[in-house]
Amino acid sequence: MLLNQFLLLSAVLFCLGVYGVLARKNGMLVLMSVELILNAVNINLVAFGAFRADVGGSVFALFTIAVAAAEVGIGLAIVLLMYRNRRSIDLTQADLLKG
Amino acid sequence: MFPHLAAGAVSEVSTVTNEANWLLENAWLIALLPAISFVLILFFGKKMPFKGAEFGITAVSISFILAILTGAAWMDHRDNFTLDTYGEKAAVLVDDGTGSAVDNVTLAAGTAAEAAGGDGQAYVAVQKTTQWLQSGGVEFNAGIMVDGLSVMMLFVVTMISLLVHIYSTDYVGGDRRYTHFFAFLSLFTSSMLFFVLSDNILQMIVGWELVGVCSFALIGHWWEEKPNSDAALKAFITNRVGDVGLLVGMITLFFAAGKGMTFDTITINENILQGGVSHTALVVAAACLTIAVMSKSGQFVLHTWLPDAMAGPTPVSALIHAATMVVAGIYMVARLFPVFWEGMQIDGSSINFLATVGAVTLVGAGLLAFVQDDIKKVLAYSTVSQLGYMAMALGVGAWTAAVFHLFTHAFFKANLFLGSGSVAHAVHSFDMKKDMGGMRKFMPKTYVTFVIGSLALAGLFPLAGFWSKDEILVNTGGWGILGGSGSAPGSYTFHFVMGMIGAALTAAYMTRCVYLTFHGEYRGGHHDDHAEDHADDHGHHGEPHESGPRILYPLYILSAFSILVGFANLPPGFLTGSKKDPAGWQERFLHFIEPAGSSYFPAVGHATPSWWLAIVASLVAVAGAGAAFTYYFVKVDRLAQRTGEHLVGLPNGVTTTNALARAGHKLLVNKYYLDHLYTGIIAGGTKGPIAKAAYWVNQNVLDGTVDGAGRTAVQSGKLVYEKIDQGVVDGAINASGRTSDAIGEELRHINTGRVQNYAAIMFAGAAILAGAFVLLLAL
Amino acid sequence: MQLLAQVSSETDLYVAQNIFFAVIAGTMIYAAFRVVTTANVVHAALWLVVVLAGVAVQFLFLGAEFVAVTQVLVYIGAVIVLFLFGVMLTRASMGDDETVAGEKRAMAAIVGVLLFAVMAVALVDSFEDTRVDIDGPQGVVEVSDAIFSQYIVPFEAVSVLLLAALIGAIVVARKD
Repeated sequence: MLLNQFLLLSAVLFCLGVYGVLARKNGMLVLMSVELILNAVNINLVAFGAFRADVGGSVFALFTIAVAAAEVGIGLAIVLLMYRNRRSIDLTQADLLKG
Repeated sequence: MFPHLAAGAVSEVSTVTNEANWLLENAWLIALLPAISFVLILFFGKKMPFKGAEFGITAVSISFILAILTGAAWMDHRDNFTLDTYGEKAAVLVDDGTGSAVDNVTLAAGTAAEAAGGDGQAYVAVQKTTQWLQSGGVEFNAGIMVDGLSVMMLFVVTMISLLVHIYSTDYVGGDRRYTHFFAFLSLFTSSMLFFVLSDNILQMIVGWELVGVCSFALIGHWWEEKPNSDAALKAFITNRVGDVGLLVGMITLFFAAGKGMTFDTITINENILQGGVSHTALVVAAACLTIAVMSKSGQFVLHTWLPDAMAGPTPVSALIHAATMVVAGIYMVARLFPVFWEGMQIDGSSINFLATVGAVTLVGAGLLAFVQDDIKKVLAYSTVSQLGYMAMALGVGAWTAAVFHLFTHAFFKANLFLGSGSVAHAVHSFDMKKDMGGMRKFMPKTYVTFVIGSLALAGLFPLAGFWSKDEILVNTGGWGILGGSGSAPGSYTFHFVMGMIGAALTAAYMTRCVYLTFHGEYRGGHHDDHAEDHADDHGHHGEPHESGPRILYPLYILSAFSILVGFANLPPGFLTGSKKDPAGWQERFLHFIEPAGSSYFPAVGHATPSWWLAIVASLVAVAGAGAAFTYYFVKVDRLAQRTGEHLVGLPNGVTTTNALARAGHKLLVNKYYLDHLYTGIIAGGTKGPIAKAAYWVNQNVLDGTVDGAGRTAVQSGKLVYEKIDQGVVDGAINASGRTSDAIGEELRHINTGRVQNYAAIMFAGAAILAGAFVLLLAL
Repeated sequence: MQLLAQVSSETDLYVAQNIFFAVIAGTMIYAAFRVVTTANVVHAALWLVVVLAGVAVQFLFLGAEFVAVTQVLVYIGAVIVLFLFGVMLTRASMGDDETVAGEKRAMAAIVGVLLFAVMAVALVDSFEDTRVDIDGPQGVVEVSDAIFSQYIVPFEAVSVLLLAALIGAIVVARKD
């Protein structure tokens, strides 16, 4: 199998994830898109690990999974807090930074 | 002398399992005990009859006794230990080699003892290391390194800490956070001991940060008042600036001198001295570490936190901000001296960064001490100034002189701080001008100890300060006119002159301080409101009165030390003995403390002391004291008696008559505007540079235009003037306003406040940059 | 990869494996596309399951069995459930009120395509026909050995991170 088939699949997933993060206005959907990005990264890590016959790729993929779990936990907590404060999780309304 | 070593490398490290004295190998106990006390106080302190103070005092007492015993053991080790004795065993055990990686004692030995030290005895540091963890081939060790320097610090820290503990039971008695206070005293003592015992730079960083945290907690002890918590924050944040230097410096050292393999202090020092370490890297490391010293040891221009740190309780000021923590920077330089020795090329030079920072601090802070009304701030600036002495001494290569000054200074400065606390305890204020004066009558015992401390600080013969200060001046090597520089490492004339000026200043501001506090008439009112947080058991306050025994005895002990410790390092030519004769009195400190001839210490030259220099330096100090004495004790006192007023200065003094002096005074009162620079310009500038710039344009450029228009209008006549003025001026202002408004309006479209838009811009930017990179690589 | 027979040993090409890969990859891309376009939040979560399962299969292709199992356990087992809880708690719209402005979608699409173009060019340019040779599955033993020796420090750091995240999530989300 070619290395590139995994890498390109990962690139497609990554870009779809980026699209989702940028285009979605529902906070939950943005979090899901972030998961897509993280998974794309994992495929990359494992593919390079297999390519180099090094177990490090798998180890770091596992670390990424752990970090992703933490990220979802915190992200959902923030979304919940936002919902409680604004009765909405529409990110386009969260524009306090507006200049 | 040691054929098995001399054949190969001069600085070979021989690994021996266990041959040093038990006390030297187990010096970590000294640091551990206060740490245990900290935990006990936190958990059980409030339930104990003395609210936790007993834990702290017991632990520190035992530590103190252990420190004395360790000191004695070290002296024995220094005099009687040679590698000959242990050479055979070393060979055997190295062959054996098993299991020694986990727990061993390394004796770093030098064979160049006779060449450099002339003692005929190798200087052998005791190092005991345990591997903590290992990652990627790098070992992270935890260990202790015991040599003269750390033994001396153990003694100083435990002794002053013990006295401060005792003193505090009275001073902060009844405080609402009494237990926490003692908990942090314990933790601080432990951290400092941990720091001085570190055998690797990683551990030093940990200790360095730990003392910083304790300092933060103790400065903000009475955090309910805004200035106190501000002062604590200021200390913490200013130290962060220096920590950047510390981290960068230590990382540089790790890779350059530790070869990316070891954090071990001795190995790093040895690698540097053997050469082969990039000089550029050492320059960077030395400069970065100097910045760390500037923040921790209060050197110009990062000293501003130290006077503010006086917001903490006085025992804390004595312990942390005079005697122990602030010397952490000095200690670090002393420990990693080869870095500076090679990096700054101290030997044979006449100027370098560290020495100049020290010299400027020495005089700059000495001047600041003159304009302080708060007795603790006088002492704080005095501390800054004396730390400048030490940094300067290290910078000019006078290692032993710097460490000796650290040693003597700890005692007399702790004495002065505790004395000021004793006075403040009586009058419930630190303001010398408003609430003190004439305290001699009320507190004769405190007065005597304070004067002894002042004389020692001023460096008058034969008190402690005289000997150490003289040694620093001698070793600057910049005093050719007074009898030659001996074999001092360099010839630092500028620093010598600054040292002399500093000596005069020190004597003068201490005279002022003593007069304002203890002489003249009592200016304090009768305090009816005891709203102070540290209100004590003194309910009655007709007049101030002498403090209790728990405050006075520490003062007596410290006064005795202030008089006596100078004799620890008598220069050659005094009393009996010599370097060759260990039984004598001369240069004992140098003999036991300086690792001369060891593989991790450079061959530092020592200047020959000169009678002329000692006399001139004393005269300079006396002149400084005399000038202040004439002003306060003679002129002001006489005027006060004639007019019957309570005076703190002459009404028509030089600051009121001379514009230049007044400007200087203003500069000093504003502390060289450094605080304005930091909070106003740097912090404020970062906060709103654009707003400020726009405001500036508005004020200067636009107003200038307006003015010009106005002047033209005046010439056109009154009637027209009014119209044009109104029309043009308002028009110009409105137009300028509208223009900037329009620009802002356009720009704010980018600032939608929506995170996703920002993210889109970021991603697009990253993609474009990556694309450019790919293209560049493809080309 | 015992389940896939080697068809031609001369070219070292696993035809069946590649067909299988193409099917899985196609499914994943379609599912991922649905995740980022569907208007219904619950549907999006379910499509996400498909993608995550596909990723687990990719890990199997690459011989990383342990990672694949962890992927199924942690992601499909825990993270998706968390998402569904989140959907319920926020009463996020189940219907199709996902009215994204065309402008914003276009912007995101441009950025996405740009990113993909850069990555595709870079990848094709640098790896061309590089092969991955998988001799067999990576044992759990090897992975755990690596984690607890060479990577022990990051492992400890991750444990601290999880603790911090736990406390952080409670602090952020609790009612007070």
